[in-house]
Amino acid sequence: MKKFSVRDLSIRYSDDNESLRKINIEIEANAITVLFGPAGGGKSTFLRVLNRLNDLADVKTMTGEVLFNGVNILDPKLDVIDLRRKIGMVFSRPVPLPLSIYENVAYGLIMAGERNKKKLDSAVEAALRQAVLWDEVYDRLSDSGFAISGGQQQRLCLARVLALEPEVIMLDEPTSALDPVSTAKIESLLTELKEKYTIILAPHNVQQAARMADYAAFFLMGELVEFANGKDMFLMPKDKRSQDYITGRFG
Amino acid sequence: MKENRMAPKKQIGDTVITSIIKVCGYSSILFVGLILVFLLKEGLPALKDVPITSLFSIRWYPIEGLFGILPLIFGTLLVTISATLIALPFGLGTAIFISEVAPRWIKEILKPIVEILAGIPSVVLGFIGILVIVPFFRKFLDLPTGLTAFTGAVLLGLIAIPTIVSVAEDALNTVPPGYRQAGLALGATRWQTIWGVTVPAAKTGILTAVMLGIGRALGETMAVMMVTGNAPVLPSGLNAIFEPVRTMTATIASEMGEVATGSQHYQVLFLIGILLFLLSLVINITASAVSTKQRKRAERILS
Repeated sequence: MKKFSVRDLSIRYSDDNESLRKINIEIEANAITVLFGPAGGGKSTFLRVLNRLNDLADVKTMTGEVLFNGVNILDPKLDVIDLRRKIGMVFSRPVPLPLSIYENVAYGLIMAGERNKKKLDSAVEAALRQAVLWDEVYDRLSDSGFAISGGQQQRLCLARVLALEPEVIMLDEPTSALDPVSTAKIESLLTELKEKYTIILAPHNVQQAARMADYAAFFLMGELVEFANGKDMFLMPKDKRSQDYITGRFG
Repeated sequence: MKENRMAPKKQIGDTVITSIIKVCGYSSILFVGLILVFLLKEGLPALKDVPITSLFSIRWYPIEGLFGILPLIFGTLLVTISATLIALPFGLGTAIFISEVAPRWIKEILKPIVEILAGIPSVVLGFIGILVIVPFFRKFLDLPTGLTAFTGAVLLGLIAIPTIVSVAEDALNTVPPGYRQAGLALGATRWQTIWGVTVPAAKTGILTAVMLGIGRALGETMAVMMVTGNAPVLPSGLNAIFEPVRTMTATIASEMGEVATGSQHYQVLFLIGILLFLLSLVINITASAVSTKQRKRAERILS
């Protein structure tokens, strides 16, 4: 099943920087789609189009179509808040909100109007368990979200997204600020989570891309150079440029 | 060889600059200390020479030897607190608007305008107060005189707003954009993100802004002297705010010129100065206590 169908998506920022050029891609549900490539290639812009976080940026022109479950989400009349609840996002630096651990996880639900304490409690616990963080923090849920390690903070951010029970989880270089142990935890977590969610991951290095990819998309200077399933991409890339990047000839 | 000769020279320059900086630093501490000593030396004898019962009576009439400072303290508190209540919502609202809501071109116009407003001499604002605000309130609220505590509070509020806006806006601006994005990406509306994430994250800076605003209102003399009616009486009842008052600062400013040095009146004016000093000290200590508490928490978390 296709979760996203992107057709001819082009974006130009107000400084006349063309960030994406004619992107065509289909994103499969219940799989990990990896977006990789050198910095400035348009990965982050692409992710921020999918949950319309790009509305905040100075976009000059945006053309094309992004279908999410068959609905065009670039439609200006679309309920962006609802969309963002269905498409969760984890950022490259852990950004706990300036609230307690509990409130961080419950934040999205409370904003969505959930007031029932019991439901919130069980949702928070479920989300923290799913993010394999519960055992480490269950006795200090009222501590600040900053009072835990970087790796824990990043899993907290993931739990915060999971609490909303989204359909899609997007992660923009989620482990770039983490140590190898925490990175391994997040990676094994993602492999489990793909049973239930559609995952789009922009890793910060090729190794992670190769480890995680069910499908892989190589972005270079705003262009989608190659899109294939993970094995094909990393074992026998078709395009010369993806080949050069994967083998480390540039980047 | 050449390098060997250079090294001591560099060290001498270093020592000279370090000592100059040290002198500058210590001298500002010294000046504050000297001001305090002078205030205490001139003001404390009042406690000995003027009977306490007179000091804490409700009549300020120095010519008759009546030095009741209660009406002055009351006037200062009334005007300062009301001014803060007026300035706070407007100041924070404007800061949030400039930093979070306004499109960039409005932001780029508004911010310098606010900063220019903060620099207008208060006597000019007092002048506008006398010519515009005072007659307006007299007619609009149907009062015997427009020179009231309320007029002073409104004017002081106007004076404090640019300070609050400017500092609070800087605080909001330093909130990492990641917070806003995280809030929005969780499906919070813009307003929920501002209120639930951005403002709490900038709490310390906003508090500093409020304290600076209160300090500005507390220390303001000229404008307040021009529009509050200068009547050192203890107003009674709920409509006290619509009656003339006189603040501590205005009293010192208007009477210091005509007292005999060393007289009781002179000493009491300095005593009022000491009280003002204590008031602003309390405000500053509160502000820094709150922000160090937060900083300590941050340090504990980072370590």
